[in-house]
Amino acid sequence: MNLQAFVALSPLLVLSAGAVVLMLQLAVKRSTTRAYYISLLSFIGAGAASIWALPATPLQVTPLLLADTYALFFSLLFCFCGAATAAISRDYLLQKEGQNEEFFLLLILSTLGALTLVYATHLASLLLGLELLGVALYALIAYPDRGTLPLEAAIKYLVLSGAASAIFLFGFALLYAATGALSYDTIGQAALAATPHNAPLMLAGAAMIITGLGFKLSAVPFHMWTPDVYEGAPAPVSGYLSAVSKTAVFAAILRWWLQSELHVFPSLLAAVALLAGASMLVGNLLALLQENVKRVLAYSSIAHIGYLMIMLVASGVAPQPGLAIEAACYYLVAYAITTLAAFSLLGLISQDSGDVDRDQLKHLQGLFWRDPLLALLFTVALLSLAGIPLTAGFIGKFYLFVGAVDQALWGLLGMLVIGSAISIYYYLRIVYTMTRPQENTVDSVIRTSLSGRLVVLSLIIAMLYLGVVPEPLMGYLRTIL
Amino acid sequence: MLMLQLIIGLLLAGAVAWASERWHVNAPRWVSLSSLTLASLYLLGAVASIPAEQFSLVPSADQADTWLMHYQAQWIPRFGISLELAMDGLSLILVLLTLLLGMIAVVSSWDEIKQRGGFFQANLMWTLTGVVGVFLALDLFLFFLFWEVMLVPMYLLIAIWGHEGRSYAAMKFFIFTQFSGLLMLFSILVLATLNHQASGSWSFSYFDLLGTAIAPDMGLWVMLGFFLAFTVKLPGFPFHTWLPDAHTQAPTAGSVILAGILLKTGAYGLLRFAIPLFPEASMAFAPVAMALGAAGVVYGAFLAFGQSDFKRLVAYSSVSHMGFVLLGLYAWNTLAIQGAVMQMVAHGVSTAALFMTAGALQQRLHTRDMNRMGGLWENMPRMGACAMFFALASLGLPGLGNFVAEFLVLVGLFQVSPTMTVVAALGLITAAVYSLSLMQRAFQGTPDRNLSVSDYQFREMCAMAAMVIALVWLGLYPQPVLDLAQPVIDSLILESAP
Repeated sequence: MNLQAFVALSPLLVLSAGAVVLMLQLAVKRSTTRAYYISLLSFIGAGAASIWALPATPLQVTPLLLADTYALFFSLLFCFCGAATAAISRDYLLQKEGQNEEFFLLLILSTLGALTLVYATHLASLLLGLELLGVALYALIAYPDRGTLPLEAAIKYLVLSGAASAIFLFGFALLYAATGALSYDTIGQAALAATPHNAPLMLAGAAMIITGLGFKLSAVPFHMWTPDVYEGAPAPVSGYLSAVSKTAVFAAILRWWLQSELHVFPSLLAAVALLAGASMLVGNLLALLQENVKRVLAYSSIAHIGYLMIMLVASGVAPQPGLAIEAACYYLVAYAITTLAAFSLLGLISQDSGDVDRDQLKHLQGLFWRDPLLALLFTVALLSLAGIPLTAGFIGKFYLFVGAVDQALWGLLGMLVIGSAISIYYYLRIVYTMTRPQENTVDSVIRTSLSGRLVVLSLIIAMLYLGVVPEPLMGYLRTIL
Repeated sequence: MLMLQLIIGLLLAGAVAWASERWHVNAPRWVSLSSLTLASLYLLGAVASIPAEQFSLVPSADQADTWLMHYQAQWIPRFGISLELAMDGLSLILVLLTLLLGMIAVVSSWDEIKQRGGFFQANLMWTLTGVVGVFLALDLFLFFLFWEVMLVPMYLLIAIWGHEGRSYAAMKFFIFTQFSGLLMLFSILVLATLNHQASGSWSFSYFDLLGTAIAPDMGLWVMLGFFLAFTVKLPGFPFHTWLPDAHTQAPTAGSVILAGILLKTGAYGLLRFAIPLFPEASMAFAPVAMALGAAGVVYGAFLAFGQSDFKRLVAYSSVSHMGFVLLGLYAWNTLAIQGAVMQMVAHGVSTAALFMTAGALQQRLHTRDMNRMGGLWENMPRMGACAMFFALASLGLPGLGNFVAEFLVLVGLFQVSPTMTVVAALGLITAAVYSLSLMQRAFQGTPDRNLSVSDYQFREMCAMAAMVIALVWLGLYPQPVLDLAQPVIDSLILESAP
């Protein structure tokens, strides 16, 4: 470990230091505001470090971590999302009684896990990242300890995540048995030279890993936990789960999938394609029937993972996976920002709602006339999720189309078109509800904090910027991949 | 540059109209009306300064200066996407129609919208922005962007200010258009990818994609993506089912815009993109398309006759009239296309007027049911006379614009398929049946002496007069419109020649 290595890992180090400082601060004096500022500083510091570390890349630090532009790019994204979540959560938590300081600690720790995931080039560091992310999330989901819903959600997530961990650990073991290696590159060499002797073992191992990670991503048929957890968790945490946790797991899978060359097995490609198709269809169909906005967004996130998995297939088929990776990265950024904005808005309007979030459709009724700005922002976020032009979501979807057409994946494209058409219904249903005249039964005044509004506004502006001026990010992604 | 200013100006006007609600309740509609007037004057002024011989030049793909106006700026170089706007005679006609009907729409909704007038006007202006963009964009990515963007404000217009069944109608409208739009996006991308594979560089420019070589069987599928998107919008039989709902439930201004302009984007798309981009596939497909058109003519007229809802009747009559457009376009000769272009303009005006009548009736009688009307001529002679005029226009009375249009389509079509012509000509008879039945059920019969309703006022008469003049002019002296469209049609036929 030389100095360069420390520079290359600086985002991870800054976040770790932030966690330690926050713990020390809590030992001296409990204060939500201070905890918030320390976490915010850590995120900003780690974000700055991801830019600062760029000249040191690419650098393999120990066999476990690879600091390259891909890792740093996603580190920056996660720090940004972490900071936004912290900012939204502060006002959300201040309204609730109880001790809220550890919330920020957990937020830092789970973001650290997400960063580890995108650095990982070795199954051991992959596991480390997944568990760090997961364990902190269990606690975050259950954080408002009143009411049974969050507790139920956390237990569900805990049990299913545990099961998923067991499955992918078994997969790791099988891969190790077949290839004698844990690092992606070595597995890749073994996969390319697979013999009839070890191929079945590798196939089984890879399938189990995909299954386990499918749980984390909530790809159909491993999606059962998603709506309940999203509904039970506090809105900012649901947003974080959707934006950071899923993005990080997907980014990690993408690297594993490409470097360990397991896509040379056609049956694995077919399995991933099947998962993608099922996620698009089932996610969109189930979202149609929901009355709870968080559940709608949960099912929509399942569908979005399905869309993204098309790029796993495309990158596996393509001789040059550059376009598919680029498309997946753009989509991930667009999706993370959009979904974070949507959940932040839910968190914002739930700031003064007591123990239960205002997450039913009826709570949103008349929002257009009660608070036009928030309603407009929410509409923009939903349109971006639906992939309407001028938003980041559209450019993302456009990229997916390009990537899939390039590899002639007609079947998956068909599903993408059908899924997107179905999804219009439930997104527009929310917009329509917001335009309905207000009923007396809903709270007429929603108090929201200025800082919260600013955060949401900046997320929406970022989203529109990525939708109207996509060239800078596209150009950057091309240079780093 | 002027075209970009026009689009941005309309966009901003919408925002200003929304914001101006704070100053005065009436401010938003004045903002919309004046900005539309200004935009029209600005456009006319700029067009007047173009030398006359430019109008007779055949616009060519490789020479930007053969177009009336052409503007191009880099936007997303990664995929060769640019802000490419261009205007030829066809676009000019349609943009002028858009601005004119935009003004009519503002006037027709003057008193109707009591709630949130600012946001209403904003959505109206944004819809018009999208439509103008569609008529001007020559980059396929940009075209698709405008195509989708105009949906959202239109959706809001129906969903917020519509009638009793607005939720269902607005949703149906959006999903139909969005689904077919995604198919078009898919086709655009296949085309661009083929071009990329052939030439090594990305481009979405119309000119670059025009000559893309495509295998015949694949060409058919890709063409279908475009065809579906445009036929749903047109709407062609059997994809018309969204239209009666959307038209009936939309507020008056929404119906005017929807029938007058939004449907024409479908026709424009077929003429500009679907057929020239895939000439062989389109020619192979033409019999099917013409059959759909003829079926639409007859079926729409048949259903129109069966309606008792005033607006629904007019909506189905649109299906019938747009069938002529489909027929004219796929007959693909100069006369038939001239007729289709003429029909776009004439139908836009006559249907807008009929929807305005329906809106005025609804506002006064609180019903659209013709069984509850009758003898209204007695109560509102001015409205009756106007309605009579536009009903006659709609049934194709010689001397008015619609007759010229349908006559040209039939003459052109006869050279290609006499059978289709016979079927389509039936549409002229059925049109007379439903138009006259509309007049009889609503305006003739026993009047209700106790009914006290106000007739058309000055504002409404002005709008009606403008449309009457337009139709008479189109009927008696259609040559200027035909002259404007002629070079464009020449170039399109030239480009798609094998």
